[in-house]
Amino acid sequence: MAAETVDHSPLPLGRQIQHILVKLGFRPRTAVIFVPYFWLTLFFLVPFFFVLKISFAQTIIAQPPYTPLFGPDSVPTHELLDNFRRLFQDTIYFDAYLTSLQLAAISTVICLLIGYPMAYGIARCAPSTRSLLLMAIILPFWTSFLIRVYAWMGILNTNGVLNNFLLWLGVIDAPLNLLYTPLAMYIGVVYSYLPFMILPLYANLEKMDVSLLEAAADLGCRPIKAFFVITVPLSFPGIVAGSMLVFIPAVGEYVIPELLGGPNALMIGRVVWNEFAQNRDWPMASVVAIAVLALLVVPIMFFQYYQNKSQERAA
Amino acid sequence: MAAERAKADSQTETWNDPDAVPYIRIENVTKKFGDFVAVNNVSLDVYRGELFALLGGSGCGKTTLLRMLAGFEQPTTGKIYIDGVDMADIPPYERPTNMMFQSYALFPHMTVEQNVSFGLKQDRVPADEIKKRVGDILDMVQMRNFAHRKPHQLSGGQRQRVALARSLVKEPKLLLLDEPLGALDKKLREATQFEIMNIQDRLGITFMVVTHDQEEAMTLATRIGVMNHGQIVQVGTPKEIYEYPNTKFVADFIGSVNLFEGYIQEDEADHVLIASEEAGCPIYIDHGISAAPGAEVFVAIRPEKLELSKTSTGTGHNCTPGTVKGVAYMGNLSVYLVQLDSGKEVKISMSNQRRAAEHAIDWDDRVYVTWHANSPVALLS
Repeated sequence: MAAETVDHSPLPLGRQIQHILVKLGFRPRTAVIFVPYFWLTLFFLVPFFFVLKISFAQTIIAQPPYTPLFGPDSVPTHELLDNFRRLFQDTIYFDAYLTSLQLAAISTVICLLIGYPMAYGIARCAPSTRSLLLMAIILPFWTSFLIRVYAWMGILNTNGVLNNFLLWLGVIDAPLNLLYTPLAMYIGVVYSYLPFMILPLYANLEKMDVSLLEAAADLGCRPIKAFFVITVPLSFPGIVAGSMLVFIPAVGEYVIPELLGGPNALMIGRVVWNEFAQNRDWPMASVVAIAVLALLVVPIMFFQYYQNKSQERAA
Repeated sequence: MAAERAKADSQTETWNDPDAVPYIRIENVTKKFGDFVAVNNVSLDVYRGELFALLGGSGCGKTTLLRMLAGFEQPTTGKIYIDGVDMADIPPYERPTNMMFQSYALFPHMTVEQNVSFGLKQDRVPADEIKKRVGDILDMVQMRNFAHRKPHQLSGGQRQRVALARSLVKEPKLLLLDEPLGALDKKLREATQFEIMNIQDRLGITFMVVTHDQEEAMTLATRIGVMNHGQIVQVGTPKEIYEYPNTKFVADFIGSVNLFEGYIQEDEADHVLIASEEAGCPIYIDHGISAAPGAEVFVAIRPEKLELSKTSTGTGHNCTPGTVKGVAYMGNLSVYLVQLDSGKEVKISMSNQRRAAEHAIDWDDRVYVTWHANSPVALLS
């Protein structure tokens, strides 16, 4: 320290810059953390800010179709929360949120009921079979999501594969009306999001120490009971992770209700699209989008909290 | 206490009683995993109240044998009887056994108390009785203060005691312990060894311990079964195994040993004389081994049964010259490495009854290695 204060000879430029950066609070460690923060700021926070700003604007016939966001003209001439008030006044929004949440919640439960046994089965397979089965789970992602949903239209159509098959079997006399029903929507959502349930569950179940089940059996616990008192509680972090990964995107799902759900399926994703493209009401579309975000922040926070807790436990 | 125990053992050597009915009977059990034979035609009888140790290196099949007793593996061929009942069709959750796992296998989402009471709850024991028994057993392993902790909040030694409590609380007919003390440091291990012996004396449970640690097996067990390549090569009391190993493998595996290759010159009822180039002198043993003259044998002598002196005994056998190549002072004893004139190196340990440096033997000294006629063991295989 003493030598440093005495020595006044100029440092090389690189070192000088480094010194200044450190004094400003930028250390190499900060630089590493800086990258994700920068990314999130640029691609999430800034666009979100624009959306938020638009939600306070007013529709006008112009290009873009809302009052300017910045500058002297940006002072709102209407009440600031007008758009948000409309959200509560018109029941269409409330209904759309409710149906979306219902669709997401029920689909999540169905995904869990189908995905858990699948994940469990894969996790208990021989390692070579395991990777093959996992491949089969991931394989659909190699095809466009849109094409897969269209394929379901082909299956569920009145003249579709399923109806023809059932007619051929003689189970039904006349084709069933499957497409453009809530059932089709559920099939689409469960089918599309099932891998997101299976993969985290698999990751969790695969780690589980099999000797715990042996210990349970050794202490007199039958295998079925051991599953419910040992395996299920221990896989809870996997259940939470998988459910969040299904629930959150399913709430805002647009393509599946649009293609499979028929005109009456009023989902929040469609409401946003209608406001945005058909009504050209960008501010209202922004309000609806922000409300979805607020609605989803709660489960995300819960997810985060739970994940942190389980990580602490593992440490 | 050790003396008392030895006395008790000599009175209750059930395995030497021809009328005794074995408590565990393992009959020609073989276990194959694919082409690999993990356990090869093992037959073994263990009696009530014994503390039997299965000793062997890793992969010798000892854990597989234990897992077959617990019911986690099925024998490929052969039968297992516990208390006279054929175990073939009895699943683990109905067997009168409890196991303490090598990894402890404590349920991570349950507290110590919940872990220990788990087994009793499965048997629908009344709640107040569960509370009492769990409390008692936690007292015994000195873990009552930790009853509400989760396993991840415990140290290795504490987890091990919880695992022991969990396997003991149901008071099984047979307690299986898989490397019970492997994860503990030396001090804690010794303390726990005595704890296990106390419990065994108090509860009279039959114990079966799997271990690779010969010291642990010697301390704990009433009898030891030494395993190698899926077979039991020798069964006996710790003393028998140590003093009278029946094969080169057992002699080498248990403790430290000097082995000399040789062949039989004379084999009489009261003595046997073995010529050994490696030893550098004929080896005289004061009992017969009934083998043909000329047969190849290995002679095993424990390091503590060899003596060093600067003068020859002059008997012409059991005395061979060499040079001290190394001295390791270990506190309670010193180990000397002596190169015999034949080139063979032998280990000799001598207890340091007096303070160090009073041993007059040091590096590069010329010495005679001698032994008593009842010390060597002649091994045919």
